[in-house]
Amino acid sequence: MRSPTTFNAPTCLRFLVSDVSLHHNITRFGRSPRWKVSWLFVLIALLCLPFADLGINTYDPMSELTLVFEGLLQPSFADIEQPLEALLQTIAFALLGVAFGSLLGFLLAQCFHLTIIRVLCAAVRAVHELFWALIFLQIFGLHPLTGLLAIGLPYAATFAKVYAEILEEGHRRAWETIRHHAPTRAAFFYARLPDLWPHFVTYTRYRLECGLRSSAVLGFVGLPTLGYYLSTAFMEGHYAQVGALLILFYGLIASMNYWLRPRLLPLYLLASPFVIANDNNIVFDNVRRFFTEDIVPSPLRHGGDLADLWPWLSELFTNEVLPGIVNTLLLTQIALVFTGIIALIGFPLVSGLFFNRFGRSFAHLFLVIIRSTPEYIFAFILLIFWGPSMLPAVVALALHNGAIIAHLVGRYSEALRLRADASSGINRYCYEVLPNVYNQFLAFLFYRWEIIQRESAILGILGITTLGFYIDSAIQDIRLDRAMVLIVITAGLNIFTDVLSRFIRSHLKLTTTM
Amino acid sequence: MLHLKSADVSYKDTPALSQITLDIPRGQKVALIGRSGAGKSTLLNLLYLQRPKDIALVPQDYGLVSSLSVFHNVYMGQLKQHPLWYNLLNLIKPLEKPVEQVKQILHLIQLTDKLFEPTGQLSGGQQQRTAIGRAIMQGGEILCADEPVSSLDEQQSKLVMALLCKRFETVVVAMHDVALAIAHCDRIVGLEDGRVTFDAVTDNLQCADLLEIFGE
Repeated sequence: MRSPTTFNAPTCLRFLVSDVSLHHNITRFGRSPRWKVSWLFVLIALLCLPFADLGINTYDPMSELTLVFEGLLQPSFADIEQPLEALLQTIAFALLGVAFGSLLGFLLAQCFHLTIIRVLCAAVRAVHELFWALIFLQIFGLHPLTGLLAIGLPYAATFAKVYAEILEEGHRRAWETIRHHAPTRAAFFYARLPDLWPHFVTYTRYRLECGLRSSAVLGFVGLPTLGYYLSTAFMEGHYAQVGALLILFYGLIASMNYWLRPRLLPLYLLASPFVIANDNNIVFDNVRRFFTEDIVPSPLRHGGDLADLWPWLSELFTNEVLPGIVNTLLLTQIALVFTGIIALIGFPLVSGLFFNRFGRSFAHLFLVIIRSTPEYIFAFILLIFWGPSMLPAVVALALHNGAIIAHLVGRYSEALRLRADASSGINRYCYEVLPNVYNQFLAFLFYRWEIIQRESAILGILGITTLGFYIDSAIQDIRLDRAMVLIVITAGLNIFTDVLSRFIRSHLKLTTTM
Repeated sequence: MLHLKSADVSYKDTPALSQITLDIPRGQKVALIGRSGAGKSTLLNLLYLQRPKDIALVPQDYGLVSSLSVFHNVYMGQLKQHPLWYNLLNLIKPLEKPVEQVKQILHLIQLTDKLFEPTGQLSGGQQQRTAIGRAIMQGGEILCADEPVSSLDEQQSKLVMALLCKRFETVVVAMHDVALAIAHCDRIVGLEDGRVTFDAVTDNLQCADLLEIFGE
């Protein structure tokens, strides 16, 4: 005879088991992959900090800084002719360089499915326009072609990639309907280009703004653009003139909508060659020497064989490549995290979810000024106060890139629909907004990663011992063979980071909608 | 003219068409009818792919370039007849001759007043007539049209169907308006669940008979 207790036991047990499993489910709170990746990057940056030189090396940084601010607040437009000429040069180089780049890029985009084109573009893109300028200066001297190609080539490679993406994403229904009845090119111009045209225009316009910044910065290596006068004025301590030059530059970018009219563009493009024309001729002997002698590794040039190349390379690697790579990576990782922090603090300031129109307008103005200032100019200014260390570079990179991301995330956040009884203030930031924009934020940040690294290398020209420092020194010593090896390695490093960033983005399923 | 023999089509393992055998001789006007999801569009597409170079197509979603004008969209039917430089010039500044040609076609489908309006700003019916205009501009012997009158009113539907049947020797048209199909076509092919369940010439067909089978 069965007793009631034995009968009830299994039910009781089952209840216990289900209770345990339920309990188990509740306590297990899983951190999301994006959380882990974020902290991993913060950890890496923290580990980098002790190895980075972040000191201030000048005797009295504050008084110098005060002088500059006084100069900025009281700009002197007394000697304005030269800067105005420089401004024209800046515009002309940017217009022609971007026009050449977009045309070449458009052609390349048509055959971007070919691996060779993709690899070639990635390689050209990975070399910063300032490095291109340094190379072309050796070949063409101060001939206008130097500035034109320094902007045009890397821009063409970028245009090719983005144009190809635009072509990829556009819908093809009209094209498919007529493609059997129309010649390929005519079908493209009728059925594909018209609907994609606004996307091309928007992106090209954005790149023209970048081109203006690039063109201004090219002055730092000797081209007659704004950067040239800016660096001279700085060196001589004419801060009032620095202020005037910077205000001219901001005015130029802020007023783009007014002077950059499609109807006027042909006129500008026709006038630009006359603006950038100068008396320098291309010396063909220099061109020949660059390719047949200068860039040939010195052991080979002096009659050695491949065996002599090894000690030359290993010496270059231990003394310049390795420290260069280490410092570039240190600077990149630290600047990346600070960029993220500035963007996270900055985006609510320009978002309608947190501040009213009046409050936002100040933040907008501030962010516009910061992101219009090329990081190179930023770093240049800060270096004068703080002396050569990584600190000015970190601050310049983080401010410039942080302002860009803050602007983009802020705009994205305004598209969020919050419920009517949503919390406010910091609660709203942490609970409603940040979780919603965080994917977008990370996507932007990882997009900028490779750009930050490219800039980190470039800032070496200012005296911070990243790869650019060794490249610039090698060029100063007219050891172009060494410079070329360093540039190729810098490009390789950038491509590596680009691939890694893409891997992380696809792993975290991060995409941007803008 | 167009032949299919035991054709099967499936999308991701779900069969869309099975065992279709169809023979459309030159000069025949065929209507494919059936409820939505029966496989009309898939069959029409299959027929189109038999001879894409000889067939003028009116796709269900019109296949228009929304930022281009009605004129340019219709002109697109004749890109093959002109050299590239002519096409590009005409893209930037509409040329007199093609404008006249397109105007004549638009006159037939009552769209002349929209000649230079971007198709993206037009109503569904106007867009549909633009796509029909393009097919007429293209010309040729065969037309494949997927629901070409779905957004038009009764009077326009009749007009367009008559026009298409006059302009093209062989016509294959997917539609769900049975009466219109009987009025303009020689042959009705009925589809159900990816199979041909009905195939007859329209001579002695009564609309009521068909409505019983394929009625809405």
